[in-house]
Amino acid sequence: MTVTTIADRSIHVDAEGFLTEYDEWDEELADTLAAQIGIELTDEHRALLRYLRVDFADQGETATLRRVSAQTGTPVKRLFELFPAKPAKKMAYVAGLPKPRGCV
Amino acid sequence: MTTQQTAPLVPDFGADGSGRKLAIICSKGNLDMAYPGLVLANAALGEGVEVHMFFTFWGFDMINKKTMGNLKFTPIGNTATHMPQGLGGLPGMTHLATSQMKKAIAELDVPEVPEFLQQVVDSGGHLWACRMSADMQHLTEENLYDEVEGIISAADFIELTEGAQVIFI
Repeated sequence: MTVTTIADRSIHVDAEGFLTEYDEWDEELADTLAAQIGIELTDEHRALLRYLRVDFADQGETATLRRVSAQTGTPVKRLFELFPAKPAKKMAYVAGLPKPRGCV
Repeated sequence: MTTQQTAPLVPDFGADGSGRKLAIICSKGNLDMAYPGLVLANAALGEGVEVHMFFTFWGFDMINKKTMGNLKFTPIGNTATHMPQGLGGLPGMTHLATSQMKKAIAELDVPEVPEFLQQVVDSGGHLWACRMSADMQHLTEENLYDEVEGIISAADFIELTEGAQVIFI
C-alpha cells in the first residue's frame, strides 16, 4: 500500500495511483485529481462523480461506462467528451474509486 | 507495508492520440460469435484505441437490418456445451439455447447486438461492410445498419487499417 500526498493531504492509493480509501475523497480533492489528469471539472462532471460514488456505495463496485450512461441518461459520446480517451478509468480515478472490473 | 510518497502518484492514462489502432474482422453470424468482437471493440475504444470493424461473409448478419436483432446460437457441433451432440438436433433446441444465452447476456447488463453496435459507434468506433459479401448476398447500404460507414473492398480495408493490430473472428 502506498500513501501519496495530494493537495497537502495524505491519500492511500494502489500501485497505479487509484484511491483505495472511499472516505478520503471529497469534492475538493476531486478538483485536484482532475487537474492532475488535465481535466477542469464542471457541474456536469461533478454530477457524474456523485452518481459514481453513490453507485459504488450501493453496488460495491465501480460502474462501467455503459452503466453510467444508462443510469444517468448521459450519452456515451458525451462521456468521451467530458473524460477524453479513457472515460471509464478517468471517471473512476477522479471519483476516488477503483477501476471498473466489468468488461462492458 | 506502507510506503510514503511525497510527489503525487498519478495513474498513467497515456498520451492522447497514442496512435494504437485495432482492426477486428467479424466473419461469423452466430450469436455467440458476434459478442467477442463487440466486447473487444468496446474495451479497446474505452482505452483510447482507434477501432475499425470489418464485417464479412456470415459476419454480415451482424449488420444486416433483417438479421442483426435475431442472431442465433446452436449447440450443434459445439462440444463446449457439454451436452450429448444428438440433443442439439432436436426440434426447438436452437431456439431454447438462443433464449438462454440472451438471458445470460442480459443479466450481465450487456446490450443486444444492435444496441451494442450503437455503443461502439458512440464510442468512436468505425463499421465497414465487405464488398464481396454484399455482392454475394445482393445487399446494398440500404439493407445495412445505418451506422455502417460504407461497403468497401478488402484492399480498401487493408489500406485504412495500416499499422493496426488485427483480430479475426
